[in-house]
Amino acid sequence: MASTTADTAPDTFTIAGRELRSRLLLGTGGFRSLEAMASAIEASQTELVTVALRRIDAAARGSIVDVLDAAGVALLPNTAGCFTARDAVLTAKLAREAFQTDWVKLEVIGDERTLLPDAPALLEAAEELVDDGFVVLPYTTDDPVLARRLVDVGCAAVMPLGSPIGSGMGLLNPYNLRLIREQCSVPVILDAGVGTASDAALAMELGCDAVLCASAISRAEDPTAMAHAIRLGVQGGRLARCAGRIPRRRFAQASTPDEGRADFGA
Amino acid sequence: MIVLVNGEQTELASGCTVEQALAALEVPAPDRGVAVAVDAEVVPRGQWPAHELNEGARMEILRASQGG
Repeated sequence: MASTTADTAPDTFTIAGRELRSRLLLGTGGFRSLEAMASAIEASQTELVTVALRRIDAAARGSIVDVLDAAGVALLPNTAGCFTARDAVLTAKLAREAFQTDWVKLEVIGDERTLLPDAPALLEAAEELVDDGFVVLPYTTDDPVLARRLVDVGCAAVMPLGSPIGSGMGLLNPYNLRLIREQCSVPVILDAGVGTASDAALAMELGCDAVLCASAISRAEDPTAMAHAIRLGVQGGRLARCAGRIPRRRFAQASTPDEGRADFGA
Repeated sequence: MIVLVNGEQTELASGCTVEQALAALEVPAPDRGVAVAVDAEVVPRGQWPAHELNEGARMEILRASQGG
């Protein structure tokens, strides 16, 4: 997809030297089966998907790693469920061992009900992991100052939330997201809160480089169709961003010229 | 000896290694997607054959799973 004109040049973005053609990242949580996940991955055309680490389970069927390898996607391990910097750092190191990647989607949660990030612990863990050679993509609040601090300690991207994880409430603070985009030198990936394709399109119109979606796709009635819809939403939003939208006005501005109007008399 | 494996008290042979423990517990260990921590420290796969467990150790055996 071209950034400004037609479907000619690829419109890529780069995280820590890795060029990505798809601006949709997929979370693998919430799918009813590995088959449903594989089908949604194909429809999403994503190149990068998240995975988690959990205790071994004798009842687990099939290997998610095999399915993801067959889909040809790169893995982005997360530290979901960690409530302290210590646990998140340890989980990231375990993920590095398990998946042989130094990329990590860093989550340090501060509240069980909202699953909002714990800002001081997130910053502490991010700094430690960057120092240890990780490529850190932190799941963060929509606070522009925190985003800047995360970039300052060396994060490769920032992943602000639109609204709480799995809430599907969309983008609650577009103003803040726009500020984050304006001031951050690294890719900004909207993470959490997307409920449907228009939310993803809005994130891209605000200038986000990419969108990460999990529940909106995995818990949709038809995950494969929603993956397709959100992919198109991301592409449409990106094209619109590059096309330059008209300014908002308070009153109408006629699109048909006044000049040459007929005069039908009084 | 007793080792806390994923939160459960588990009887293992005294002085057994991580690799031996995984075999005794019949945990499949594919090349990718499994990691082990003992007492809140990562045990790299290359050290599984040599790393001995102590009585009362906390062993976490983790695998890849779906997650957002």
